[in-house]
Amino acid sequence: MKKMTGSQTPIQSEQHSKENGAVVIEMRHVKKSYGKNNVLRDINLVIHKGESVVILGKSGTGKSVMIKCIVGLDDIDEGKLIILGQDVSELDNNELLKLRKKIGFLFQSGALYDSMTVRENLEFPLKRQAKSKSKEEMKILVKEALDSVGLSKAINIVPEELSGGMRKRLGLARTLILKPEIMLYDEPTTGLDPITSKEISKLILDVQKRHDTTSIIITHDIECARLIANRIIIIKDGICTAEGSFTELKNSTDPWVRSFFE
Amino acid sequence: MSELDILEQSKEVQPVETPPSTLSKFFIEAAAIMTFVWRFFKEVFKPRYELNELIEQSFLVGYKSFPLVAITGFIIGLVLTIQTRPTLAAFGAESWLPAMVAVSLIREIGPVITSLIFAGKVGSGIGAELASMNVSQQIDAMQVSGTNPFKFLVVTRVLSATLMLPILVILADFIGLLGTYAGVNITGNVSMGLFFTQVFQSISYQDLIPAIIKTFFFGFAIGLVGCYKGYYSDNGTEGVGKAANSAVVVASLMVFIIDMIAVQITSMLQF
Repeated sequence: MKKMTGSQTPIQSEQHSKENGAVVIEMRHVKKSYGKNNVLRDINLVIHKGESVVILGKSGTGKSVMIKCIVGLDDIDEGKLIILGQDVSELDNNELLKLRKKIGFLFQSGALYDSMTVRENLEFPLKRQAKSKSKEEMKILVKEALDSVGLSKAINIVPEELSGGMRKRLGLARTLILKPEIMLYDEPTTGLDPITSKEISKLILDVQKRHDTTSIIITHDIECARLIANRIIIIKDGICTAEGSFTELKNSTDPWVRSFFE
Repeated sequence: MSELDILEQSKEVQPVETPPSTLSKFFIEAAAIMTFVWRFFKEVFKPRYELNELIEQSFLVGYKSFPLVAITGFIIGLVLTIQTRPTLAAFGAESWLPAMVAVSLIREIGPVITSLIFAGKVGSGIGAELASMNVSQQIDAMQVSGTNPFKFLVVTRVLSATLMLPILVILADFIGLLGTYAGVNITGNVSMGLFFTQVFQSISYQDLIPAIIKTFFFGFAIGLVGCYKGYYSDNGTEGVGKAANSAVVVASLMVFIIDMIAVQITSMLQF
C-alpha cells in the first residue's frame, strides 16, 4: 500500500505500469473549487489501459467531481488533465467532442431519457454520433447492446416501467453502444439490493473483459470494490491519500484506511 | 471574560457574509437571462440544426395546445359579445356589435389571452420538463453522449414557441369570431355572410399586422423563460415545482410588459 500526500507526483503503481500498456488518464496537481469550497485540492493519479480502478472516500470528498472533470462536464481550475495523450485544457470544442466519444459515463441514477422508449434511449447516442449507420445497422447494435446486459425483452417499454437494477443496466447498455475506451461509473450499485448489486458488479467486470475498457468506479459498496478493483484509490478532502490492492488496503496499518473495509 | 464579550469579539474578528439584497439578486438574475439570450442567438445559427426535434416540439407545442386555445377563444368571443351587447343597445348601436368585438378580439384580447393560456400550458411544461431532466442528470447524459443540450433542448423549444404562438393566435381569433357569431345570434338573427362582411369591413391590416407581430415576441419570451427556469433549476423535486411555477409567473408578466411596449410602438407609428 502506498500512502500519498498532496505534493507528490502522480500515483504510479509500478506493478501496473509494467503489466499494463499506455497511460490512459493522468491527473497532475488538479484543483477544482466551487466558490470558497475547495473540492479537489491536489489530485494526482495515473491510470493505465485495461485497469479497473475503484475510488473510495467519504461523501463530499470530490470523487464525483473528479470523474465529471474527466468526462468534461466540469472544467478543472488548475493542474493538468491528460486523457488518451491529449491535454484536455488545450482542446477546442470539436476535439473535446471527439474525445468524449471515447469516454462512457454511467450516471448514479442511470439518467435515462424518460420521454423515450428503451430502443430510443439506445438509438439516441447512435443517431448523434454514428450518423453514417443505416437503420439496419442501428437495429443490430441496439439488439447487441441489450443482449449484453440481458434486457432484450424490454426494448419497447419506457424507462419508468423498469426496476432500479434494470435502469442501471440500460444506462450501461446506452453507454456501451458507442464502444468507449474509458468507462466511468458513478456509484453503480447505490440503491440496489445486495443480489442486484452483485449482478451489476459482475456485469461491469464482464464489460471490462469483453470490451477491453479502462474503468474508474466510484462506489461506497465494498463488495463491489472487492469484485471489480485491480487497484483502489482513497480520496480524503480532495487529495488522493492512499492506494493499493483490496487486500493491501484492507490490512493497512492506518486505522482510517481500514475503516472503509470494516 | 463573559460569554457576551467573547461573542462580541468573535463578531469583530470574523466578517459575516451578508446575503445579496433583493436588488442585487434582480440584477444577477437579469444578467443571467441576458447571457442566456445571447447564447440562444449564438447557437441558433450554428449548425448542426436540430430540425427533427424542432418539428416534434412544434407539434407538441402547437397542435397539442390547439384544443385548449380553441375552447378559450370561442368562450371569450361569446362572453365578450354577451357583455358588450347591453351597453351598445343603450346607445342604439347594437349593429356595431360584430365590428366592435372583432376589433377588440383581434387587436388585443385574442393575442393576450391566448398567450397567457400558452404561458400556463407550454411555459410551465417546458420549465418542468427541463427541470426534471436537470434533476435526473439527463441533460448531463446528453452532453456526455456528444450532444449540445442547449441546442437540442433550448433552441428547439424557444423556436417552436416563437413560431407556433402566432399560428395559435390566428386560429383563436377566428374561433373567437365564431363565438361572437354565436353570441350575436342568441337574441338576434344574423346570417354568417352578413356577420363576416361586417367584421371584415371593420378590421384592416393595421389591426391585424401589429397584433400578429407582437405574438412572435410573446412566444419567444414564453419559450425562453420556460427554458431558462428549467435549465437552471435548483436540484430536487422542489426545484421542478419552482421552475414550473416561476416560468408561468415570469412569462405571463413578460407578456404584459411586451404588450405595453408594443402598444406604445404601434401608437408612435400611428397604426
